Amino acid sequence: MRFHYDTTYRDAQRLIRYRADWLAYGALFLLLLAAPWILPRYYVGEVSFIFIMCIASLGLMVLTGFTGQISFGHAAFLAIGAYAHVWFISHDVPFVISIIAASALSGAVGLMIGLPAIRVSGLHLAMVTLAFSIILEQVIGRWKSVTGGYTGVPVPSPSILGIDLGGLRPFYFLCLAILLIVFVALINLTRGSIGRALVGVRDSETAAHALGIWVGGTKVLAFVISASVTGVAGALMAHHVQHVTPEGFSLLLSLELVMMVVIGGLGSLRGAILGAIFISLLPTFISKLKPMLPAAVSGQFGLEIFVFGLVLALFILFEPMGLNGRWLKLKALFQSFPLYRRDTFRRGKTYMKSERYR
Amino acid sequence: MNPQTLQILQLTLNGIAIGSIYALVALGLVMIYKATEVINFAHGDILMGSAFVAWGLITIAGLPFWLAVIITMLIAAGISWLLEARVMRVIVGQPHFAGAMLTLAIAFMLRGAVSMAFGPSSRTFQTPWSGQSTHVGGLVIADLNLVIIAAALIITALLFAFLRFSSLGISIQAASQNQLAAYLCGIPVKRLNSFVWAMAGAMAAVGGVLLAPIALVDIGLWFVVLKALAALVLGGFGSIPGAIVGGLLIGVVEQLAGVYLPDGFKDVMAYLVLIAVLILYPRGLLGEAHGRRV
Repeated sequence: MRFHYDTTYRDAQRLIRYRADWLAYGALFLLLLAAPWILPRYYVGEVSFIFIMCIASLGLMVLTGFTGQISFGHAAFLAIGAYAHVWFISHDVPFVISIIAASALSGAVGLMIGLPAIRVSGLHLAMVTLAFSIILEQVIGRWKSVTGGYTGVPVPSPSILGIDLGGLRPFYFLCLAILLIVFVALINLTRGSIGRALVGVRDSETAAHALGIWVGGTKVLAFVISASVTGVAGALMAHHVQHVTPEGFSLLLSLELVMMVVIGGLGSLRGAILGAIFISLLPTFISKLKPMLPAAVSGQFGLEIFVFGLVLALFILFEPMGLNGRWLKLKALFQSFPLYRRDTFRRGKTYMKSERYR
Repeated sequence: MNPQTLQILQLTLNGIAIGSIYALVALGLVMIYKATEVINFAHGDILMGSAFVAWGLITIAGLPFWLAVIITMLIAAGISWLLEARVMRVIVGQPHFAGAMLTLAIAFMLRGAVSMAFGPSSRTFQTPWSGQSTHVGGLVIADLNLVIIAAALIITALLFAFLRFSSLGISIQAASQNQLAAYLCGIPVKRLNSFVWAMAGAMAAVGGVLLAPIALVDIGLWFVVLKALAALVLGGFGSIPGAIVGGLLIGVVEQLAGVYLPDGFKDVMAYLVLIAVLILYPRGLLGEAHGRRV
C-alpha cells in the first residue's frame, strides 16, 4: 500500500504525484500520439469518434455523476452544439470562435433547462430532459431555414488559421487536443471548491445547504457546465459525421450517453472515459461477434439493442461502481498483493428506503 | 348540431379512446411506483411485446380472440412477476436512479428480443369489432373505440373494487403506504410487490391488444410509456385517480392539437404538457402535496 505524504503545499496540488504515474501516463500519451500511424485508416476515424464520445460523456458525468442530476436527454445538447457550430462556421466565423460560441449557446440552453432543476428533482428532472430532447428533435426537423430539416446540412471541413484539419490524422489530433483540454479543466474543476459543492449537493442537499452552499445555484451551474462541454462534443461530432441530420441525435444517443456514465462508474472522470470507450466499441465488437453466432440470431436487427440492455443490466446488478470500480479493485489487489482481503469491497445488505414523506 | 361542435365532439371521443389506453398504462406505472418506488420504463415494452404475442396467437396459432387475450395477459403477468421477483429485488435499497436504469436495460432487452423473434416489419390483426361503427346523432364512432373505453372503465372499476374491498387489495395499499409496518402486521410484502407487478403487466397486455388494431403491431408501440409518463405527471405523480384523469386529458389534448394547431404539434403535445406541468405546477392536478424525506 502507498500513502500520501505531502510535505509542501505544491505536493498536494500536483495532478500526477509519482514517477510510476509519470511513466504510465507518458507512455499512454506517446501511444496516442503515434496511434494514427500505427492503426489502420478506418480505426483512426473510429478512435476520433471515441474521443468525441469521451468529451460528451465527461459532460454528462459532471451532471449525473458529480451532482446527481439525471438527464435522459443529453443528445439535445449535442444537437445544439452541432447545429450552432455548423451555422456559425458556414457564416464564415473562424473555427475556434465558432466552437466556443456553439458551446456557449449550448450552455445557455442548459441554463434554461437547468432552471426548472431547482423545482423538480430526481426522476422528474429526467423526464423533463427526456421530453425536451424529443421536442428539440421535432423542432430541428421543422426549422428548415437554419437546420435544413430532415434532409440535414453538410458540414464544412474544419480549418484553423488557414490550415485544413479535415483529414483523418489532423482531425484525430484536433479531437485529442480538445479532449485533453476538457479533461484537465474538469479534473481541476471537480477537485476545487465548485466540485466539492457539486458532490455535496449530490450526497445531501440539506447538509450542503447547512454548510452555506447555494443548492439551487449549484445545480444550475452543473447543468450549464455539462451542457457547454457536451456542446463542444456536438460541434466535433458534426465534423465527424460530415452531414448532420436530426435522426443522428435521437433518444437512443441520449440513453447511450447515460449508459456510458453508469457503466463507467458514477462520480469519476476516469469512469466517464472508460465508459465512453466501452460503449463506443460495443457495436464494433458485436459486429465482429456476429459470424460466430447462428444465422437466426446474427441476422437480426434487434441483436445490438439486446446486448446493450444485457450489458447495462449486468453492470447494475453485479458492479454498480462500474468500470472505474473494477479498476480500483484491481489496483487494490496489486498494491496489497499477498494481503488482499476478498471482503474489502463486499457490498453490505441494503434495505428498501423510501423517499416518500409519510 | 353545427359541424364545428360535431368535429370537436368527434375528436374528443377519439381522444378519450386513445386516452383510455394511456390511462391503463399510467395506472400500471403508478401501481408499480407506489408498491416498489420504481418508474418502470420497461412497461411500454411489455405492452409492445404483448401486442406481438397476441398477433402470433391470433394470426399464426389461429386461436379465438378472447382466448388469445387471456393467454397474452397471463404471459405478460408472468414475465412482470419474474422481473420483480428475480431482477428488480436484487437492487432494492439502492438509489432510484439504479432502479430506473435497470428497467431501461430490461426495456432494451425486451425490445431486442421481440425484434429478433418477430422481425422489424409491422403488422395488424383482426378483432371482432374491426371496421364496424355506430352512428349517434351525426357522430360516427368506431366500435373499437367504444370497446376500448368500455374495457378501460371495467378494468378501472374492478381495480377500484379490488383495492377497496378485498383483503388482498387492502394489504397492497397498506404495503405501499408503509412497508415496514405492513411487514410487522404479517403481510407478505415481497409476494405482494410481485403480484402488483403482475397485475400491472396484465393491464399493459390489455392496453397492447387494444392499441394494436388502431396503431399497428410495431416495435414503436413502446413509446406509449412516454405518453403515460406525461399523463402521470399531469394527473399528479403517485395518485391513482390522477393517472386516469391525466391519461384521458393527454389523449384529448393530442387529438385536438392534431387538428387545431400547426403540423407537428400532435407528436410533441404530450411532452410540452409534461414540461409545462413540472415547471409551473409540479404537484399535478390530483397529486398530494408532500415533501421529500431528508
